[in-house]
Amino acid sequence: MKPAATPPWRLLTHLAWLGLRAQPLRSLACMLAILIGVALGYAIHLINDSAVNEFSHATSSLSGEADLTIKGNLPDTLYPAIARDPVVAATSPALEVQAHLPSRNEPLQLIGLDALRAAKVVPRLLGQPAAGPADGTQGLALLEPDAIFLSPAALSWLKLAPGQSLTVQVGLQDVRFTVAGSLPAAGAGQRLAVMDIAAAQWRLGRLGELSRIDVKLKPGSNLADFRQRWLPRLPAGSRIDTPAATGERSANVSRAYRVNLAVLGLVALFTGSFLVFSTQVLSLLRRRSQLALLRVLGLRRRELMAVMLLEALALGSAGSALGIAAGLAIADAALKLLGADLGGGFFNGVTPSLHVSPWALVGFFLLGLGATLTGSLLPAWEAAAAKPARALKSGDEEAAFARARSPWPGLALIALAGLLLPLGPVRELPIPGYAAIACLLVGALWLMPWLTARLLAATPKRWREGPIAGLALTQLKEAPGYAGIGLAGILASFSLMVAMAIMVASFRDSVTEWLGQVLPADMYLRPASSGDTVYLSPAEQALIRSTPGVRQVVFQRLQGVILDPARPGVLLQARELSAADAAERLPLVGPATAVAPGMTPIWISEAVADLYAVQPGNRLQLPVRGKSLAVQVAGIWRDYATQHGSIVMTLDDYRRLTGDQQVNNAALWLAGDAAGVQAALRSRLSHGERLEFAMPGDIRKMSLQIFDRSFAVTYLLEAVAVLVGLLGIGVSFGGQALARLREFGMLRHIGYRQRDIDRLLAVEGALLAGIGVLAGLAVGWLISRILIDVVNPQSFHWTMRHSLPLGMLLLVSLALVGLAALTAVLAGRRALRVGAVRAVKEDW
Amino acid sequence: MPPASEPVLSLQQVAKSYSGAQRQQVLRGLDLQLAPGEYVAVIGESGVGKSTLLNLLAGLDQPDAGEVRIGGRLLAELSDDEATLLRRKEVGFVFQAFHVLPHLTVLQNVRLPLALNGLPDTAALPMLAAVGLADKADRKPRELSGGELQRVSIARALVHRPALLLADEPTGNLDPHTAATILELLRSQLRATGAAGILVTHSMVAASSADRILRLTADGLMPVTP
Repeated sequence: MKPAATPPWRLLTHLAWLGLRAQPLRSLACMLAILIGVALGYAIHLINDSAVNEFSHATSSLSGEADLTIKGNLPDTLYPAIARDPVVAATSPALEVQAHLPSRNEPLQLIGLDALRAAKVVPRLLGQPAAGPADGTQGLALLEPDAIFLSPAALSWLKLAPGQSLTVQVGLQDVRFTVAGSLPAAGAGQRLAVMDIAAAQWRLGRLGELSRIDVKLKPGSNLADFRQRWLPRLPAGSRIDTPAATGERSANVSRAYRVNLAVLGLVALFTGSFLVFSTQVLSLLRRRSQLALLRVLGLRRRELMAVMLLEALALGSAGSALGIAAGLAIADAALKLLGADLGGGFFNGVTPSLHVSPWALVGFFLLGLGATLTGSLLPAWEAAAAKPARALKSGDEEAAFARARSPWPGLALIALAGLLLPLGPVRELPIPGYAAIACLLVGALWLMPWLTARLLAATPKRWREGPIAGLALTQLKEAPGYAGIGLAGILASFSLMVAMAIMVASFRDSVTEWLGQVLPADMYLRPASSGDTVYLSPAEQALIRSTPGVRQVVFQRLQGVILDPARPGVLLQARELSAADAAERLPLVGPATAVAPGMTPIWISEAVADLYAVQPGNRLQLPVRGKSLAVQVAGIWRDYATQHGSIVMTLDDYRRLTGDQQVNNAALWLAGDAAGVQAALRSRLSHGERLEFAMPGDIRKMSLQIFDRSFAVTYLLEAVAVLVGLLGIGVSFGGQALARLREFGMLRHIGYRQRDIDRLLAVEGALLAGIGVLAGLAVGWLISRILIDVVNPQSFHWTMRHSLPLGMLLLVSLALVGLAALTAVLAGRRALRVGAVRAVKEDW
Repeated sequence: MPPASEPVLSLQQVAKSYSGAQRQQVLRGLDLQLAPGEYVAVIGESGVGKSTLLNLLAGLDQPDAGEVRIGGRLLAELSDDEATLLRRKEVGFVFQAFHVLPHLTVLQNVRLPLALNGLPDTAALPMLAAVGLADKADRKPRELSGGELQRVSIARALVHRPALLLADEPTGNLDPHTAATILELLRSQLRATGAAGILVTHSMVAASSADRILRLTADGLMPVTP
């Protein structure tokens, strides 16, 4: 009878099930690793996606039914001109500010609207007056100069009810409003206040100013044509957006941060995939003769491979499904307990509900499944490719690694990493940088058995002659494949940890050094911590300057400017400094360049140089407060405070060019004691109690606290990845101990005491970990160079100097070597629990 | 090595049973005296307790009753470490399944007991030559046949000049011709080194290579007349 041509699936599934059941701990460890990887990656995706979704939705919802939104520093004379355009069906002018509320750290978004116009374009933003006298005058509340309407989220945040008053700080003064009602149509979690536009311009000191005009076009009108006609007629720095583009840009602000965090979240899945690989290889070695027997009995190569892959499929499906469930639970709990901000500061105050996209859910499930199958593919292929007659023979296990002995694939991957590095970012994301890290790591992992064998072969012969250390060395030298499995786990997790540690230490040291450079004064003051309604007037500036004990004052004006309508805004910092002393006062990257006579010098941050391809000496038009200023770049400076770029110009130039005399903060050099000067300033200025003072030491401390907090999630993710890696090392040592059980039994028979075997295993574990740690340090350092010199500049557009946290690395290295030695001993003891007598039996 | 007058191995009324669903008496009332250089074969049916007896002799297991002495030292009084050190110095093992370390060369495998006992490794190569494997000293076990592997095992068991060699079915995995060669080698090497030997086997043919034969039965060790 002809044998069946199709695989006997029932038998294969049964064999796979038997394989899984035979080693339940191994199966559990694999499943757990995939579960953790998928859960972390998916939870981070969910949190970020929910936040971005909420953020984008909130931003685009402000445009209501508008087809286009014109944004910028707009004069209110522009509005009637646009309203008269023949293609315009309706318009709604608005003044939008981030209002500072005394005693609140976060500002409140406040929009001044023309209620009659808004009803046609952005009806969702119309206030609903609270119940009042039933005389038909309720609607007039919308036009009251002190009436303000709060969204449900804002009412709840501020613990206010209709009829109560809300105080907004304008400059140093209080402006009181009465809560006249709510904004029932505002999005859930959207903190928003709306009032009459004329009242807003008057009460907030913004007479004649508009910040946006929402435009609804007549049906059939061409949006592009409208934009083309109007954009040249708008003040400099204005833009015309569709609601979708507005939402997309708001999402883009945090894109690099989110992508980096997502990649970090997937590191645990990578180490998890490695754990699957190690355990599958060890399982294959342990079952090598059994699998060979199946081949002898008539199972074809592809059927044997199918058995191994079915095992992986079962583990991957279960791990991924549970990981998705765990990810949903983690994200839901995190959003409820901690909000949406994972440390980057992009989503402070956003309290979104969980946003689950079926595509992402399926994507992460497939990612987990893919990681498991990838980890199992090589071992499955090796099991299928092994020659049954040879594999049946005991002691042939190392032959399974023969194909991995060639260094060329590893070297090729490292060379590929080198080729990827010079490539620029893809869609402003450091994709080639990440790919280079992956190639470098996998290449190094591939090279480890080859390198280990050569390294140990170079050791003096006499080192390999003792019964303990000598045997351990010989074992590692002659079985580099076995050693490679243990090494791979150590290298994969430790190198990533080293890379992150070096990168974070470099960043922290650079920020510390930078803070020292940018905080030269004795004391700093500002009228409030947030919002764009606060400032110091010229009179207040004069009072500050003449306060006893104040030796020198440097005022600064902060202003958002738009260099490219397609990009987030850039922060303009107009400071009291001269072109001559900019080199000393700013942490310049590279030399300062003299500007042409008559040109206004500016100093751009690295982000501006990178994002807008601007270099020292370049001239550009800077749109400030509706005017276009001709400026020339005099230098590039390092600014860790603003990711999307900042520009410094002298306050004199700014005032000369814009006429704006207000400032936002001041740096003070003192002749007297700080407390006395603070008291004097508070008493001299009206509402001086509102002034916020900070000493440079406090700002440094607070900045570093924020830095550490922003990296807390990074540390957490890294710790989980390392833990999964350590789990892999434990599983790997455990598997090896079981595979070498007969060897240990024989050693006991010929006179090795249990403690001799302990020492043998401890030396092996420590040697292995020692090599892994050394390689991990080298590979980790290389990865850190890629992170610092490629990934960071391409993601966040700033550079940093290199630091090595030597003490920490040494401590972790020693701990890892000790832990590996201990794990090896414990794994050996656990394996030898069967007893030396049973261990030497051929079959048990 | 014990004084010539003292037996290398002595068993007095040794008994051993295993607990399980039903307590199973495996060995009962075993007496044996083994003089230096003496070579004894123990035969018996499968499951009669031959391997258990070897484990008791090596100090890898403890009897329920009776005494096992090697070189006059009572094994029951020794800690696990002391029993291991005694085994390291005075006992050599030959297994049915060879059990050589796959990653060491033939010579490195033979050197292992010397290194363990802190002896110079100069004896290893002559020992390999004595078992006819001098030309394969640098080979790996996977390159050797079953008979050759057992020769390595014998060389390893005797290289450090133990007083006692314990062989557990050493020809069980070999063809008859190779088995005969190995048995002859075992005997000649025991003579050459002066070690006493116990060969545990179920094969009467193998047992006949020893000086005397004992049959392990439920009632003890009974002499077998060839």
